[in-house]
Amino acid sequence: MSNQDSNTDIPCEQQTVKFYQTGTFTVGNRLLDEGCRTVQATAERANSLDSGHRACQGCGQALGARYALDAAMRATDNKIIAANATGCLEVFTTPYPETAWSIPWVHSLFGNVAAVASGIAASLKAKGDTTTRVIAQGGDGGTTDIGFGCLSGMFDRNDDVLYICYDNGGYMNTGVQRSSATPPAARTATTMPVGDNPGSSFTTGKFLPAIAMAHEIPYVATASVHDLHDLERKVEKAMTFRGARYIQINVPCPLGWGSQPALTIKLSRMGVECGLVPLFEAENGKLTDSTKIRYRIPVEDYLKLQRRFAHVLKPQNTHQLDAIRQIAEDNIKRYNLV
Amino acid sequence: MTVQHKPFAITLDVGSSHLNKTGSWRSMRPVYVDRLPPCNKTCPSGEDIQGWLSLAEEENYEAAWRLLTRDNPFPAIMGRVCYHPCEGACNRGQLDLPVGINSVERFIGEQGLIHNWQFEAGEDTGKKVMIIGAGPAGLSAAYHLRRFGHAVTVFEAAEKPGGMLRYGIPKYRLPREKLNAEIYRIEDMGVEVKLNHKIEDIEATKKSGGFDAVLICVGAQKSNMIEFEGDAGIPILDALKVLRDTELEQPNQLIGRVVVYGGGNSAMDVARTAIRLGAQDVKVISREDPDNMTAHKFEIQETIEEGAEVVNLRTIKSVNGHEITLEIMKISEQHHSGHLRVVGTGNYETIEADVLVLAIGQNVDPALFSKTPDIELDSHVIKVDAIMQTTQEGVFAAGDAAPSQRSVTSALGHGKKAARAINAWLDGKVYQPAPQNEIASFDKMEPWYYSDAPRTVQPHLDAVRRRNGFAEVVGDLDIEHAKYEARRCMSCGNCFECDNCYGICPDNAIRKLGQGKGYEFKYDYCKGCGMCDAECPCGAINMIPEDI
Repeated sequence: MSNQDSNTDIPCEQQTVKFYQTGTFTVGNRLLDEGCRTVQATAERANSLDSGHRACQGCGQALGARYALDAAMRATDNKIIAANATGCLEVFTTPYPETAWSIPWVHSLFGNVAAVASGIAASLKAKGDTTTRVIAQGGDGGTTDIGFGCLSGMFDRNDDVLYICYDNGGYMNTGVQRSSATPPAARTATTMPVGDNPGSSFTTGKFLPAIAMAHEIPYVATASVHDLHDLERKVEKAMTFRGARYIQINVPCPLGWGSQPALTIKLSRMGVECGLVPLFEAENGKLTDSTKIRYRIPVEDYLKLQRRFAHVLKPQNTHQLDAIRQIAEDNIKRYNLV
Repeated sequence: MTVQHKPFAITLDVGSSHLNKTGSWRSMRPVYVDRLPPCNKTCPSGEDIQGWLSLAEEENYEAAWRLLTRDNPFPAIMGRVCYHPCEGACNRGQLDLPVGINSVERFIGEQGLIHNWQFEAGEDTGKKVMIIGAGPAGLSAAYHLRRFGHAVTVFEAAEKPGGMLRYGIPKYRLPREKLNAEIYRIEDMGVEVKLNHKIEDIEATKKSGGFDAVLICVGAQKSNMIEFEGDAGIPILDALKVLRDTELEQPNQLIGRVVVYGGGNSAMDVARTAIRLGAQDVKVISREDPDNMTAHKFEIQETIEEGAEVVNLRTIKSVNGHEITLEIMKISEQHHSGHLRVVGTGNYETIEADVLVLAIGQNVDPALFSKTPDIELDSHVIKVDAIMQTTQEGVFAAGDAAPSQRSVTSALGHGKKAARAINAWLDGKVYQPAPQNEIASFDKMEPWYYSDAPRTVQPHLDAVRRRNGFAEVVGDLDIEHAKYEARRCMSCGNCFECDNCYGICPDNAIRKLGQGKGYEFKYDYCKGCGMCDAECPCGAINMIPEDI
């Protein structure tokens, strides 16, 4: 692992946590050593994305972005520059002349954030700055559709950038249109629940973590906002590598999913526990680890809390439910989730 | 005034999003609440169980002991003999198994004895209270009254203090050195206990001693007896007397084939005592089926383990010589419509016995009140009002002598309640119990967060070794297991600072105030999404509507 820094330690990974009421499932734990608590549990966290932003109630992306950036800030001793693709995250955080970001942050076009971040990394290299690190971030639309060419190039050149995709499965701030990351059968403004196969198609779509793995970049991981310890560990681990890295974070969207804002964390947890959102890590194109499902639940428990899947649970669409169940089964086998 | 140079077509200053007070979006407001954990609600002594478990989790055992003994002065005793209704109510029971509250209580009680932690009496008030009976209710009341600063004298007819704790609960469940140590600790607060001192005339003693108030805690010491048909050729004994004689190491006739009649805990205590004293064949005859016996399941199980036979659905019809005739009973199919639950079948069988012990309940001895016509009895117990006062002004009653659940724990709770009522009464006030918080029910919690942690099992003495002595059956938890068990507590309804709300707020609208101080909402930015409420593991957040 020649491209990994050796002097960055990852707290708690090797330490056995004895039973402390909630163990490491909650954000903090008064009985846990300080070093084993999350960044988010500390009063000193960076709050890279701060109060006053205009995300909807219960926004999973606002949460995921603060989680990831704060973890990266801790891992790099606050030396982070972020480039942000157009999308919800840019729109709700930075309506000119306000900004909710408390870190160096630049807004690119919708499709070129990976190229902008590559440029920042190149300029840092030219200046001989080896400590400041670069993050590119965007939603699934800007990543899997519009920005895909630039991102693939960034992977190909192995530029020293961590690309974080906040995947909520659609173009939400423009009115919930389908992206290539929209899950099968989901209702969007452009995939209405009509016909024999209502909602989004079962046959297309891009699972970008697998595409990133195919580029054999140093590090690829998936994370979920419900498991903060796992998410922070992956971001901190990503910062120990040099070269192109990719993390995709599953972020529920109450508006686009038709779910209760209060259920954002619960839905992200259920997505993982039913097998539809696999959490894993890969290095140099090879799967290295996966986060096990703690209590497996039926996919319909997850689907029924989301209005976008209401038609799937109707008697005439059991073929869709069966197909979604099969996806969960396949994920569990492919990514070794139980 | 300086002229601001703003970018083209922009009327606002460049600045932080902090200017944008998103709290105005909110229609529901989160608030931190303390809900009442079901263990605390169920505890007849009113212990703050969740509170002292929380301190025990932090290994702060003295603080845990101080908080526990605020309500119950006998942790080492109750850690052994309490039937722990708290565990039956424990929310963790809906996740895996209830927290072993009783075993942790015992551990904390042991810590108190090892470190010799002591109680402190309150500042002297100059008032004097006389208590009749040094059983659990009387001693509990004495303790609480002494903490209020009143002078307390306890009159006890027996040769030793403890009441049913000593004369009704066998040693194998409650070693006497533990009992004595915790009673001495109350005497050390300055409570005077006068032994061998039966009160014949309450009014006269009150007057001659200059007492301001009286509390009657005489218990229910008169065993119910039945006259059987036939010509009995064997002794028919009363369970309380058998247990008392055993305690005083006097001959008690429990030899040969012993039959105990009754399905309650006293019946099990007698059967288990008989086995330990070398009886050859011990049978317990219960009118009820196994599921409806009043004895606790673990008592019945331990009794059977030790070699006694429990015979269900039988009543004694007659006793002739050594022969006991039993009627075979059955559960009536009509019992839901108000008929008797268990009825006779008209079929009989006989068993042989050398001694028969009746353990079919006890009542207050009415002879005790022959000289006090103002103290009325009702259904064999002393009539009391909501503040435990009898029909005579200034005379209170608590424990088994008053209407109660008749357990040691409820006696302790009675003692506390009576002490509070007397304290208020001495001050010319009427005791008002504090209002209770909303119950922390399981549906208000998010159990996903609690680690998987199976319950610790206390060590038990082998059944073979139990049969030939009065050694204690149930053992102590060691320090690691006690800590583990305390940390299984889910802290229902009370914040334990897991940082979940602080961490998961998408708007960073919660301020962390530091260890022990909790959190506060920044309502300027809280959009009211309710994620903090939904993801609070213990249900210590509530969403309430905003006035709009």
